[in-house]
Amino acid sequence: MLFLIIKRILLGFITLFIVSIITFVGTEVLPGDACTTYLERQAFGEQLEACYRRLGLNVPAYERYVSWALNAIQGDFGYSLSGEMPIKDVLGPRIKNSLVLASAAIFIGIPIALILGIITALWRDKLPDVAISTVTIFAMTIPEFISATLLILIIAIWLEWLPGIVIVPTDVSFLELLPNIILPVVAIAMIMTAHMARMVRSSVIQVMASEYVQMAILKGVPYWKMVFKHVLPNALLPAINVVALTIAWLLGGVVVTEVVFNYPGLGRLVIESISNRDLPTVQALAIILASIYVSINLLADLLTLMLNPRLKTLQIRK
Amino acid sequence: MTDIIQKVKNLSIGFRSKKGDEILILKNITTNIQKGETVGIVGESGSGKSTLALAMMGYVKHGLYKIGGECQFNSSNLLEMKSKDLEKIRGRKIAMIPQNAGQALTPNLKIGYQIDEALQLHSDLDETEREKKISELLNKVRLPSPETIALRYPHELSGGQQQRVAVAMALAGTPDLLLLDEPTTGLDVTTQAHVLELLNFIAKDTGTSMVYVSHDLGAIAQVSDRIIVMYSGEIVLEGPSRDILKKPIHPYTHGLLKSIPKLSLAGLPESMPGSQPQPGTIQGGCSFFDRCNFSDDNCKNNSPKLEFLKDLNTSVRCFNYEKLMNENEVSQTVNKIKNKSLDKEILNLSEVSISYAKQKLLDQIFNRISDENPTVKDINIDIKKGETIALVGESGSGKSTILKSIAGLLRTKDGLIRFDEKRNLSSDLKERDPNDLRIIQLIFQNPDESLNPNHTVEEIIAQPLKLYFGLKGEELKKNIIDLLQKVRLGEFYTSRYPRQLSGGEKQRVAVARAFAAKPDIILCDEVTSALDVSVQAAVLNLLQQLKEDFGTTYIFVSHDLAVVRAISDRVAVLYQGRLCEVGPSNDVYKFPSHPYTEVLLGAVLEPDPDIKPKLVAEDIVEEKPPEKGCSFQGRCSRIVGDICKKETPPWQLTESGNAIRCHIPIKELKKQQF
Repeated sequence: MLFLIIKRILLGFITLFIVSIITFVGTEVLPGDACTTYLERQAFGEQLEACYRRLGLNVPAYERYVSWALNAIQGDFGYSLSGEMPIKDVLGPRIKNSLVLASAAIFIGIPIALILGIITALWRDKLPDVAISTVTIFAMTIPEFISATLLILIIAIWLEWLPGIVIVPTDVSFLELLPNIILPVVAIAMIMTAHMARMVRSSVIQVMASEYVQMAILKGVPYWKMVFKHVLPNALLPAINVVALTIAWLLGGVVVTEVVFNYPGLGRLVIESISNRDLPTVQALAIILASIYVSINLLADLLTLMLNPRLKTLQIRK
Repeated sequence: MTDIIQKVKNLSIGFRSKKGDEILILKNITTNIQKGETVGIVGESGSGKSTLALAMMGYVKHGLYKIGGECQFNSSNLLEMKSKDLEKIRGRKIAMIPQNAGQALTPNLKIGYQIDEALQLHSDLDETEREKKISELLNKVRLPSPETIALRYPHELSGGQQQRVAVAMALAGTPDLLLLDEPTTGLDVTTQAHVLELLNFIAKDTGTSMVYVSHDLGAIAQVSDRIIVMYSGEIVLEGPSRDILKKPIHPYTHGLLKSIPKLSLAGLPESMPGSQPQPGTIQGGCSFFDRCNFSDDNCKNNSPKLEFLKDLNTSVRCFNYEKLMNENEVSQTVNKIKNKSLDKEILNLSEVSISYAKQKLLDQIFNRISDENPTVKDINIDIKKGETIALVGESGSGKSTILKSIAGLLRTKDGLIRFDEKRNLSSDLKERDPNDLRIIQLIFQNPDESLNPNHTVEEIIAQPLKLYFGLKGEELKKNIIDLLQKVRLGEFYTSRYPRQLSGGEKQRVAVARAFAAKPDIILCDEVTSALDVSVQAAVLNLLQQLKEDFGTTYIFVSHDLAVVRAISDRVAVLYQGRLCEVGPSNDVYKFPSHPYTEVLLGAVLEPDPDIKPKLVAEDIVEEKPPEKGCSFQGRCSRIVGDICKKETPPWQLTESGNAIRCHIPIKELKKQQF
């Protein structure tokens, strides 16, 4: 078991290493570099040379990669071009904001998704299922920029209950942020919840049709006891990985929603730094997003492993 | 009249088709289960036997619904009962032992908990008493060290052990009626015989009534007092077990018994034409009409009623049963196999070892396999052109592994596989040329999985023809139709998809595909075990006919010793990937034989209440072959001492040319076994 965990963690680091090389090479082969972007029309002669020296661009690429990687491991991603401030300081509040948005969506969305999924599965083909399933299909298929825009139109403009876009400084305190995040959270949670509810539904239905559930019924196990003891533990195991992917997707910044609501999270930072050709920031973001995906998937795998007795013994035997 | 425990009255269950028609799975079933008796319900897949058993617990599967009638238990109709009240009957008064205990035990709950749950629901015992009871129950079903078993998860037990746990779980509520749905199907022969023996013991010991549902007349014969025979949702014959097995007066039962291969008979049993009609396709008249040898116009237009014959204590649904009453016991005629095998050797396996061990990096680099104790070891067999050689053994004996290696799906670790004395086939698929691939074809166990569901029959059979012979257009079409006719399927099958065919028809298509390559050797991997008994005989006869026409050599893998007896010229018995005995079928099925063959043969269940299985060895499951000594040392009842544990036994030849690998001299074995 311990060996397995170590192996998985090592694999995670290898993945990150490869991602870092790809992003580094990717930004390297693009025409132009940080200095030509920054200096624009003055990008020649003495000034360009000075800029190269200042940013350390005059040494070979591999040396730059090594020093960048070493610093990145310590959390130092260098300087952002546009703001002329350490990327670390740019990222900090953005990560916090994205975290707030994501956790709100997760804490609201996942329980609702589970409940809806279980209800639709248990009342399969009956009224609650038909009603909820129709709604989830709609919620799933409407693109988020449309649902977000509609939310703004109805709640913010017509009803004037909540602010339509987020106009706050990036490093605002949590309490001040709260009323601003309600609409974005609803917009994200709608799609996410619908997806997960349908996943949970099909998983529960599959387990309900299994022979061991039939056996439990024939053993005389009361319905709800059967649902909680025999059905849900087995049906929700496969859901863990999907939940993990969703969480990773959320933490990575929900680009479209953040842009629509002008929300100062990681997603909008991605768009901003790409359009500003702020390559150091793009690199840093790529690494951070990759780490989020890798570590959350790792956690999900380990969790499944711990909860599924079948996998656990298999691993121990090997 | 003795006490009736369950009364089924005019029960009909069905579903609504997409067109909105009501289609019946069970048609007007009426029967009673008496206190203390064991009733066998026998029928092929789709006959409605499981639906009937489940209805006896008041359970109707999703998608089906009750159309009429009732299942009375203690004078209340289970099918009308509220689920609250049913919960008090299920598990406590009526308990179920499922077909596949591996699937029927909840994977995330420990064995002990699952039994405890039944005890909590159906008894007033407190926690310590329950703990004691769990051990007692596990002991009763003869599981070793109950305390540790209780802490295991279902997947940590073998198939036989899981089935025993299911029995223990059912007994926890001390039910008055036990329903058993194919409880031994899918278990090895020896395990099956042990579980049946246990069930018989429990029936006697507790006086519980049992309803035993199975397609296997052999198993039914061992346990039941009374037999109900079902055919497409109807009871066609019901009566005392002995009469039904010895003198069946319904043509279906009669044909069924004739089509089952027996250990005592070499040669292929007679087959029954056609297959059971799909639900909803019968237009009127007797449902068995088109397969019946005794039918006339009356049968075509009118459906017979179930008639009770008082002096025989039997009910029968047939207009012409009197014709059968005059017949004596089922006289089984067999088509003797004409042995045309030549002396020419076609395939030679020498010192073959195969390993499944995961290879270390270093071994992968050097492209070698290192495993001290491989799954299959020291296989030496010469296969003659035109013979049928069978590999038999329980699951895990390595029989399918050897087939895979011959087919090139698995590379060998050591040893040589040679075709026609020259060509080396020890390599795997990638290294074989197209002709090497053509000469060996494989027919799989389950045609549902081996036929591409998106291809028509024409496309399926065309593939080998195009691949190996480059046929096109008219010629291709002609060859396909030729092949279809050879497997007794008409031209109109070409445009059908596998899902539109019955199990037997699908397997015929698979056979046609194998023969399309004009192979020299066909590997048959349990080709009949997914088929119904009446269809099995037809497929076996077809295989035999094709072999006589084409001179093909068969390597036949099966766990069913009676089927092997019927079709093979020679048998190789395997245990844990090591050969125990190789010889002509006639000799292997006679004693003296290897102690393991003795165990296997003793455990075979014959559809005859007078032939009881002999249980010689324990049905322990060994995970790995022993590192040295005889492979069967762990279970052998004739073990002679340290020599069995230390030295690999030598080959000994009997007078009739049968080779046995055992330390006990043949003369001794003979004395012990007679």
